[in-house]
Amino acid sequence: MSTVTTPADATVVRPWQQLVIIWALLLTVPFWMPLVGGYTAIAARVLVMALAAMGLNLLLGYTGVLSFGHAAYFGLGAYGAGLTLKYVAASTPLAMLAGTLLGGIAGTLFGLLLVRRRGVYFAMVTIAFGQVCFYIAYKWDDFTGGYDGLRGFVRAPLDFGLFKIDITGNGTLFYYFVLVVFGLAVGLQALILKSPFGRTMLAIRENERRARFLGLPVEKHIWLSFSISCFFTALAGTLYALLNNFADPLGLNYIMSGNIVMIAVMGGMRTFWGPLVGAVLFVMLQDYVSSMTTNWMSFVGLVFVLVVLFFPRGLMGVLQKRSGA
Amino acid sequence: MLQLVLFNLTNGLIVGTFYVLMALGLSLIINLSNVVNFAHGNFLAIGGYIAFVLTPFIGFWGALVVSPFLTAIMGYVIEKVIIRHVYTRNHIYSLLLTFGLGFILQDVCRYIWGPSPLPLNIPAEMSAAVTPDLFFITWYRVFMVAVVIVAVAGLFAFLRYTRVGMRIRAGTLDLDTVSALGVNVSALRSYNFAVGSFLAGLAGVLAAGQLGLNPNMGDDLIMPSFIAIIVGGVGSLTGTLLGGLLIGVASALTTVFYPSAAEAVIYVIMALVLLIRPRGLLGEEGMLQ
Repeated sequence: MSTVTTPADATVVRPWQQLVIIWALLLTVPFWMPLVGGYTAIAARVLVMALAAMGLNLLLGYTGVLSFGHAAYFGLGAYGAGLTLKYVAASTPLAMLAGTLLGGIAGTLFGLLLVRRRGVYFAMVTIAFGQVCFYIAYKWDDFTGGYDGLRGFVRAPLDFGLFKIDITGNGTLFYYFVLVVFGLAVGLQALILKSPFGRTMLAIRENERRARFLGLPVEKHIWLSFSISCFFTALAGTLYALLNNFADPLGLNYIMSGNIVMIAVMGGMRTFWGPLVGAVLFVMLQDYVSSMTTNWMSFVGLVFVLVVLFFPRGLMGVLQKRSGA
Repeated sequence: MLQLVLFNLTNGLIVGTFYVLMALGLSLIINLSNVVNFAHGNFLAIGGYIAFVLTPFIGFWGALVVSPFLTAIMGYVIEKVIIRHVYTRNHIYSLLLTFGLGFILQDVCRYIWGPSPLPLNIPAEMSAAVTPDLFFITWYRVFMVAVVIVAVAGLFAFLRYTRVGMRIRAGTLDLDTVSALGVNVSALRSYNFAVGSFLAGLAGVLAAGQLGLNPNMGDDLIMPSFIAIIVGGVGSLTGTLLGGLLIGVASALTTVFYPSAAEAVIYVIMALVLLIRPRGLLGEEGMLQ
């Protein structure tokens, strides 16, 4: 019986095949994107949102802990990068470093107050912390630009000493820059998930009580996982600021947090590439709907309701289940 | 100076009562169903708009009585049709679901009544000041506080003395046992959701009379309501009541001395509570931690 192969087995996409398909598509975006009516900047936005959601997914999908306030770290990353470019030095790497550190360290500190909470309570406290950052950006007019957002900075060319890469005007070059950062970050995430620490995260997700009985310091692992996930989301935030040459206080708002969670769920939060697929769907939908109608909120809301009720495992989750992988 | 402090204190108390009504409704739903209703602020807005529609026909007083009941019916239907599907699932789904629902409800308000603010007319004699010295204490505000006191007392009496109320309290502690004793838990959750929506609707009418109506009026109130619950302690309604008043007054008093920190101070209070007493002021140890 065990040798019987069902037709579904023939269509199983193996992990390495998946990897080849995804990277082939990502690397050739500037060539096929115009053909399907898109533009390269939207592809960069997809990557940024995907990175933010993949960062969140380390926590959500792999540790089983729900943060509904990741916009805070995303936004702090964006503001950190923007403020560095505006007030400190016109250096893109420095801006990215500063933004990532700002968001990541803030997340690490908040995490200390969070780790003992669970479930709905954890989510509520993360939302509230997110709103603190939103109000600070919103109220601190003369430093952050307040309601209008932070303007007056542009991404600087990359200077490698021997040669320079000018990512300022060229959308395609900037896309590849984002792709390189995305690739490095995602590779690092895969390494983390393969490490003993990553396995422990899964153990906590599957059965927290048993993990505790085994003597694992559950709180410490959740805290670390939260912190790491904040660093990745903040990195995505810095890219977002570079992409738009603008940092928006609404990027810190809980609505943004909801969008990031939605991207992870829509694509499939129990799968590694799910958030990328979710980002493609979400950004396309948002772009399309907001160009069609002013009532985009009800459409996005409707998508939330429909996904939760009918596709809770997300697109990748459904595909994987169907192919039996 | 005293005048200024009193002025802001009154404002804080008024806003605090809105927080209390919102947060008590949210708290009821969290305690029994483990769902954070993100759309609660939009329920509030709907309650206000229903009153706006009804006022020309049955007057402000009629609307004040009828509108919360209609909001409760809406909440009951939404719970029955949509929300009950996610009780057995991970929390993430209930959050996303009510989040999306909030978007839709807000857009519905905007579509029907337009994006610009609308006034809800209150009887003229209500907007007069009680005494000329303290111009800011209008009869409406006194009345509002009285209504909230009656509503909160009514809620606690309902939970204490009625059969459904007792079951709700029991279900908060141990839903499995309540279910095993033959109580229809699904219906209980629906009633409970309706009661929570009723409070949101009542807060909506009162808030509309004071602040006017706009489609996203609930957005400013929902975050402080979350914090009222966290500060008061998840699982304790008395805690929620205390938390709501505390942050309302604290934020108003901050306005006197340092206006731009008025919103920030409630988050500071929350962080302090989490640091010093993580379960919240009156929260029970181990409850939803």
